[in-house]
Amino acid sequence: MDAHEFWAALKARGLNFFSGVPDSTFQGAYNVMVNDPDIRYVPAVREDVALGIASATYFVGKPGKPGGLGGVIMQNSGVGNLINSLTSFNLMYKIPALLVVGWRGYGGPPNDAPEHWIMGAKTPQFFDLLEVPYEILEPDNLDSALDRLLANIKERSIPGALLVRAGVIS
Amino acid sequence: MIARYQAIEQVLSHVQDADLLISTTGMISRELFTLDDRPGNFYMIGSMGLASAMSLGLAIQAPHKRVFVLEGDGSAMMNLGTLPLIASEAPSNLVHIILDNEAYESTGGQPSISSKFDLAQTAAAAGYPWTRRVDDIEELEAALSEAKQGSQLSLILVKCGIAPIEGIPRVSHTPEEIRDRFQEAVQS
Repeated sequence: MDAHEFWAALKARGLNFFSGVPDSTFQGAYNVMVNDPDIRYVPAVREDVALGIASATYFVGKPGKPGGLGGVIMQNSGVGNLINSLTSFNLMYKIPALLVVGWRGYGGPPNDAPEHWIMGAKTPQFFDLLEVPYEILEPDNLDSALDRLLANIKERSIPGALLVRAGVIS
Repeated sequence: MIARYQAIEQVLSHVQDADLLISTTGMISRELFTLDDRPGNFYMIGSMGLASAMSLGLAIQAPHKRVFVLEGDGSAMMNLGTLPLIASEAPSNLVHIILDNEAYESTGGQPSISSKFDLAQTAAAAGYPWTRRVDDIEELEAALSEAKQGSQLSLILVKCGIAPIEGIPRVSHTPEEIRDRFQEAVQS
């Protein structure tokens, strides 16, 4: 799918504040985002820091309205950096966020570089272990995957992950 | 030497009802809770090193609010990369206070490495436009009076003594109670 279509779908669902650490999986989409005047992006130094920044979105908004939803852009190699923030912050206080995770190492060797093989194989298992919901983005399921994931995030008031393989967003 | 409890009390005397105050895990949150349990306090009772990141997100997205973050030397050093990150965004409504007792007091007072370098100089080198290191209560008072004017991002390094308070209570609210009343304070 086209990067503009991807961001338009997120913006249409109220997401316009992101923080993160870039990933080559959505390099083109990243460039579109940072040039989008309707998206505020804070380039973080680590994935847990990005989650802390994006979690603040939950608290801002108008009185009486449910809190907002911030987004994190990251590579799956940073999932380990998120674990303490998830277990002792977002999952404990029940503060939601959308994690857009580039899925490096998908399918294992010989795909991608060796440093991505182990996390590539285990990425969904980390989210399963933490009971963090996730959806796998496919070229033709943007709306349905997002709607399912965001409904889950809002109902449980916790983070959820959208896993993005190389080539799905152009 | 300033006792940390006394430093937090001094900070609170400059915090107004509408201000937001985010405190790091461990004794700092417990002491703040004991001194003044206000709805605009967010006790980050876990996630060491994350308080300044959330404070940055709040300061950017709630520019009409003044945001104070209270953390220790241990939590500041755990995510030292947030110093240049905060400085690069430079929200003028953020007052960053590091209570530096050169120790991990919450876990028994084990020494930290902040005795070997100056976190205020580190923040200045990272790009903070205004930093102060204070060693006594008069200097702290002067620094707080200047920092709260809110014209630029500021950082105060408060050199503290180790003075554990016997029997200090834990934060008694549930995490969701802390979250909900803080959300109301942010939106008010």
